Amino acid sequence: MKIGIVVYPGSNCDRDCQHVLADVLGLDAELIWHDRTDLAKYDALILPGGFSYGDYLRSGAIARFSPVTESVISAAQKGVPVLGICNGFQVLLEAGLLPGAMLVNDSLHFRCHSQYVRVERDHTPFTYGIEPGTVLEMPVAHGEGNYYLDPVDLAELEEKGQVIFRYVDAEGRATPEANPNGSVNNIAGICNEQGNVVGLMPHPERASEAILGSADGLKVFQALIKFWEAGQ
Amino acid sequence: MKEPTLTEIKENRLWRSMGLSDEEYQKICETLQREPNYTELGMYAVLWSEHCAYKHTRPFFKLFPTSGERILQGPGENAGIVDIGDGWAVVFKVESHNHPSAIEPYEGAATGVGGILRDIFTMGARPIACLNSLRFGELANDRVKHLVKGVVSGIAGYGNAVGVPTVGGEVYFDQGYAGNPLVNVMAVGLVRHEQITKAVASGVGNPVMVVGSYTGRDGIHGATFASEELTEESEERRPAVQVGDPFTEKLLIEACLELISSGVVVGIQDMGAAGLTSSACEMASRSGSGIEMDISLVPRREAGMTPYEVMLSESQERMLVVPKDGSEEQVKAIFAKYGLPAVVVGRVTDDGMIRIYDGEKLVAEVPAKSLSTDGAPVYLREGKRPAYLDEAHSFDPEILPLKSDYTADLLKLLESPTIASKEWIYRQYDHMVQLNTVVPPGPADAAVLRVKGTTKGIAVTIDGNGRQVYLDPYQGAMAVVAEAARNLICCGAEPIGLTDGLNFGNPERPEVYWQLEQAIKGLADAARFLGIPVTGGNASLYNESSGEAIYPTPIVGMVGLLEDISTRLTSSFKEVGDVIALLGWPGSELGGSEYLKLVNPIPVGKPPRVDLAREKALQKVMLEAAGERLLKSAHDISEGGLAVCVAESCLQGGLGAEIELPWEGRPDALLFAESGARIVVSLKGENWARLQQIASESGVPLTRLGQVQGSEIQFRHTGVEHPLITVSVRQAKDVWKMALEKALLAERG
Repeated sequence: MKIGIVVYPGSNCDRDCQHVLADVLGLDAELIWHDRTDLAKYDALILPGGFSYGDYLRSGAIARFSPVTESVISAAQKGVPVLGICNGFQVLLEAGLLPGAMLVNDSLHFRCHSQYVRVERDHTPFTYGIEPGTVLEMPVAHGEGNYYLDPVDLAELEEKGQVIFRYVDAEGRATPEANPNGSVNNIAGICNEQGNVVGLMPHPERASEAILGSADGLKVFQALIKFWEAGQ
Repeated sequence: MKEPTLTEIKENRLWRSMGLSDEEYQKICETLQREPNYTELGMYAVLWSEHCAYKHTRPFFKLFPTSGERILQGPGENAGIVDIGDGWAVVFKVESHNHPSAIEPYEGAATGVGGILRDIFTMGARPIACLNSLRFGELANDRVKHLVKGVVSGIAGYGNAVGVPTVGGEVYFDQGYAGNPLVNVMAVGLVRHEQITKAVASGVGNPVMVVGSYTGRDGIHGATFASEELTEESEERRPAVQVGDPFTEKLLIEACLELISSGVVVGIQDMGAAGLTSSACEMASRSGSGIEMDISLVPRREAGMTPYEVMLSESQERMLVVPKDGSEEQVKAIFAKYGLPAVVVGRVTDDGMIRIYDGEKLVAEVPAKSLSTDGAPVYLREGKRPAYLDEAHSFDPEILPLKSDYTADLLKLLESPTIASKEWIYRQYDHMVQLNTVVPPGPADAAVLRVKGTTKGIAVTIDGNGRQVYLDPYQGAMAVVAEAARNLICCGAEPIGLTDGLNFGNPERPEVYWQLEQAIKGLADAARFLGIPVTGGNASLYNESSGEAIYPTPIVGMVGLLEDISTRLTSSFKEVGDVIALLGWPGSELGGSEYLKLVNPIPVGKPPRVDLAREKALQKVMLEAAGERLLKSAHDISEGGLAVCVAESCLQGGLGAEIELPWEGRPDALLFAESGARIVVSLKGENWARLQQIASESGVPLTRLGQVQGSEIQFRHTGVEHPLITVSVRQAKDVWKMALEKALLAERG
């Protein structure tokens, strides 16, 4: 399996993702500079965190027009697994691959801390084999992570099982106190209708080695390996 | 815009408005054997500013110990470098952005971060961490709240975007900084030895290139502004504050590191204070060469800029690069990948002159050496011991009423913003990006970063204590070095290098000069005795507002090494039943303490005497104990004394403690004194004997204080029935955790 990590100017978690995929999991993971459009050789794509093109406008709003994003959209439509983490999630929203939008955190501040997240569904490549209800500890680090979707579409999103991760407390309860940014329904991550495109605000790559406080995030990448091996 | 003529300069004594004295103007005329034109005058004015030329501090630099086995680069370059073995080295430096932050807190602090990062990656190192040391007035003041929020957002806004984690820092709130906040930022980088790059312009005929952002009119005379007192009119200096663009900085980091790896770089230098002028002159003077350039070629973001404006602009995110002759296209291609211009603007020459053309026209011609710190004036002044000291020292803590219960005092200390949890601040900083932060901000006395691919860890801290330095600059400055070192050893790291940030008032005043002289001596003596070399520093003088100087505030940034990161320690208590002990000497000196501040806002009393021999012995014992994995936690005693130290270890770990103080004396002094050479440790009972053995071999006292217990913090005094302090962990934690946020959000009235 060959994984491509999209690097926009201003991405800053690209090397972190590569470290976890290549050094921790021993996978073949390459960085893809934003001007490239040939993504055919990649079996999965990751859009990492950071501040693409500075994010001086809405987060991800410029990245949406990047040459590489056009190719990410085509790959996603062909069913290639695509994971957007943090800024990558914001890009997927702006690119229309996932529904909804991000508002500024309800605290109005950037928030960086450890966070509990509950896995809701296991039908995506990035949650494959993870028992729904499993609570993972993965940090958040963002200023615009307040996920919003209008009530009608939100009900449909929930109904279709597209909510993949939810902010919870240590006991797995989705309380208002456990919500770090004001997201509707404590939503931390969602997928598209097909399930191959997933976006989440927490950083699994920052929780992939015990020395950094948690190795729970590794499960997200291991799910992709299992999914691949199962030939799904 | 038309530049003033020689006659206009003279008639209006324009050098004065640029911060030059009449004598300095004369010295320039003598050096040039003629009168300088407006552009030349501006170049001298910025480079001879206190900020760039260290006119008052330079004579003292020879006092610092600057050599050591690990030193790869001492003072004189953009940043110092220490070897950590296996071909790796750590690059680090502190820089102040006090005045800009006072006027425009967001941009002032943001560009401070940007500038110090460039000092690191210009040496070939990838920046791996930022820290900051902040000083503000008391939070009751609305303007102070505005400054705190602005500075914190500025540091977050820039640091988070460039992808360098902000892993630590310290903040004090004190009336002494009401009009003049301090914003010192430290950056740390990691470099392979063979990638280390210097800021030299050598090799006659080599091209000189401007790379990075476009040049605009922002920040003109920023360095001059940084070298004068803040007044009512300072608000008008807002244009002297630069505007930061972290996106461009991120691209510049990647482009410069790629360029340096390509092997074509002869020298590279950040355009920081004094912009193109300083970078050209410093690069040339370091190698004894000259530089000739045509500034009409400099990429600009504004039309109609005069030579004066181009030479003095402090637009951010720019670098001056001297690559090998013939590699120009390669340089351009690397920068083009990142969408950044790279333009050849001149050549290296052999005549030691900085020669500036605007197209065909020669607009400035001055000897590089005369602009540099070698050519700038040096001022040795007569210091005078300030009169306030006698009165402050005469304060006798014995007059304070004795109480039977100090619970309320402990809670007040935990609630004071200086001591309270700084979570509100550090959770706004991305402290995790790059995946090296093994000990994040909060749970330990220093942050610990791993070095991927090795077993090594790097501990980093930044410290200062203006109140104690105010009361005794020599002792206070020694105490700062000692505390920074204790912070590192409490994490199990051996201190291997320090950099200083000298924040003082106007050195032309004899009392301030005396503080400066005494404090530098204190820093130097402590660094020498403890065997920690000084790799560089920064000076920010003229920190005054409305005629009031800040507390003299030397800041120390220190780096430590753990050969095996698995031996690291944090400060939180870990397990019920663990023994709590004091490693070090009992202390009861209340002078300058936060406890006295509860009674008297102005620092009073004699600050604790520093005993460097004790500090050194303690350092040895602590490192041995950490290396043998005897301890569960270690936390150095500083602000708030033993009581706050134990309480913090409880609150971090969510566990209580039963403590009995076995010494005689005033209970408040035993609880709250900030005497040095003391560390509170916790350990399993079975390791007690071995710890005692190590301690006694080095003559360091080890005193059993009590043990870790469930949910209550209790202090008793031997022989006294009523406990001195009883408080639940939950109550103390509520107070400590929320105090800063509450104080910041509280409406006045």
